[in-house]
Amino acid sequence: MVLTALHSFPAGLPLAAESPLPKGLTEALARMAGHGDIDPYTQLMVHSSYILAVALFVLSLKWLSSPASSRRGVLAGEIGMLAAIIGTLLAHQIVNWEWIIVGLVLGSAIGVPLAVFMPMTAVPQRTALSHAFGALAAALVGTAHYYLEMEHSGNIPPVPMGILCLEVLLGSLTVTGSMMAFGKLQELLPGRPITYRFQNIINFALLGGALVLGVLLTINPQWKFLFPVFIGLGLLFGFLLLLPIGGADMPTVIALLNSYAGLSASLMGFVLDNQMLIVAGALDGASGLVLSIIMCKAMNRSFANVLFGAFGQVQARAEGAIEQRTVRSTTPEEAAEILADASLVIVAPGYGLAVAQAQHKVRELYDLLTKRGVSVKFAIHPVAGRMPGHMNVLLAEADIPYTDLVEMENINGDFPGADVALVIGANDVTNPGARHDRASPIYGMPILDVDKARTVMVIKRSMNPGFAGVENELYYLDRTLMLFGDAKVVVSDLVKELAEAGKR
Amino acid sequence: MANLPSHLLVFVLAAFLGLEVIRRVSPLLHTPLMSLTNAISAISVVAAIEIAGKGHPGYATALGTIALTCSFANIVGGFLITDRMLRMFKRREKPKGQTAKPGNGGR
Repeated sequence: MVLTALHSFPAGLPLAAESPLPKGLTEALARMAGHGDIDPYTQLMVHSSYILAVALFVLSLKWLSSPASSRRGVLAGEIGMLAAIIGTLLAHQIVNWEWIIVGLVLGSAIGVPLAVFMPMTAVPQRTALSHAFGALAAALVGTAHYYLEMEHSGNIPPVPMGILCLEVLLGSLTVTGSMMAFGKLQELLPGRPITYRFQNIINFALLGGALVLGVLLTINPQWKFLFPVFIGLGLLFGFLLLLPIGGADMPTVIALLNSYAGLSASLMGFVLDNQMLIVAGALDGASGLVLSIIMCKAMNRSFANVLFGAFGQVQARAEGAIEQRTVRSTTPEEAAEILADASLVIVAPGYGLAVAQAQHKVRELYDLLTKRGVSVKFAIHPVAGRMPGHMNVLLAEADIPYTDLVEMENINGDFPGADVALVIGANDVTNPGARHDRASPIYGMPILDVDKARTVMVIKRSMNPGFAGVENELYYLDRTLMLFGDAKVVVSDLVKELAEAGKR
Repeated sequence: MANLPSHLLVFVLAAFLGLEVIRRVSPLLHTPLMSLTNAISAISVVAAIEIAGKGHPGYATALGTIALTCSFANIVGGFLITDRMLRMFKRREKPKGQTAKPGNGGR
């Protein structure tokens, strides 16, 4: 094998004599991190730290496969990250320690409060914000790299320049897209879709324009004036892309932005010749992709439909027939009696439960019923909540054992044997119309089969339609009892009734 | 960037490995998964360190420092909140007399 020195060693230092590793491996290691002007021993340590980091990142995700091993996964990720950072600090001739320390201190000052004080209901917002941070870092590193390289060598070859453009474009559109998602989730912006004429045409034109600029820059990297315009188009596209997206689609969109942020980090690895970055970014990108596919399936929608369909506008269709129907409402006393006599109760929670902050009251209800020998399970729809898995976290926070949180696929078979299905703050995911009403926008969406339980109880503030703006025919079934009111208040009443019944 | 084929190979392998590993993650833990992968992809901190710390011209140091701040916020915040969430996932308490130690449930 011909030795192609990928690294410039100090003069008079023969590689073959000094390197503790076979030549091929040394070269491969140099590719891992893409820098060389350090002595072979430091390099060995650096590369080992990067390999260790990559291995630990994969293990970290693997250990998330079950709650029992999951915290070990976090520890693995932390050690991997520490190893990679120490390796980097060793490898490069760092001269500006003060700026690195500024970054580390500021980063901690932002990151710690965002993690420690954030209520679990606000985790989707925090996640959107962290996608924006990640994408901003990728876009800024790409930008700095472009200007530095142009200053240094006056040219960037087409392949790295093309990849750099892609990195910066994905990064910048993810920054504004995630900020928009943050604004909508935090309710700083209206949650309903914002639409206007020719919206999709304008968006595609913008993206097309950005891609054309990217190609021009790839061919002529010295046209520096185009670079800020290019970034501007990316930022604008991200902003406009999120305008027509409503609350119901947030789980999918957050997952998709996650994928973009990961992909731009991975592209950064290509540009900087750092394979550890490529791997870590690809893992994040893959995770976002898997989650967004799961979310799309859970809503029976396609990516194109989520991004360009402006889902969630109130539908103007066939009102007449539905409004005539009547619903049966009941009192907490009666409902508590039915619950107390049940042997299996399945709770179908939705985001309304979290909005009303009723998680802890639900836990009390769970305790009281369990103590009476009633078996209580929670049926979790994949899109319950505002991001993938959100409902599980909300219920786990209220100390409900995860063993009683059951995914939709595994619990739907239990509904026919359930005495009561208790729907709290969920709407579209329980609508039987999704099975047969071809005209409904949620037709074909997998739902929780609550209507198959012997009695259905629905706790609901009013008869307003849900995210999708669709009437729910569940409420008009003979076996359905409505409990109108704020979820927290109604569940508290149920708890009070059950507690008194227990004393009697 | 002389190693495009090798980089692409690594990318493709990592992406497929990622898809396989992530598909096995329990849906219970999809929210912690997202915050964990977020922290992991903030590994771009190593690139930010290089740009911020190498004595480049002022604008590059500034961009690098901002990038470093952003990615380090994701690292610290991401790992902390993931662990905070995972600590909440507990098994059902054992029958009276042998209650599990508090805070030990997630392991």
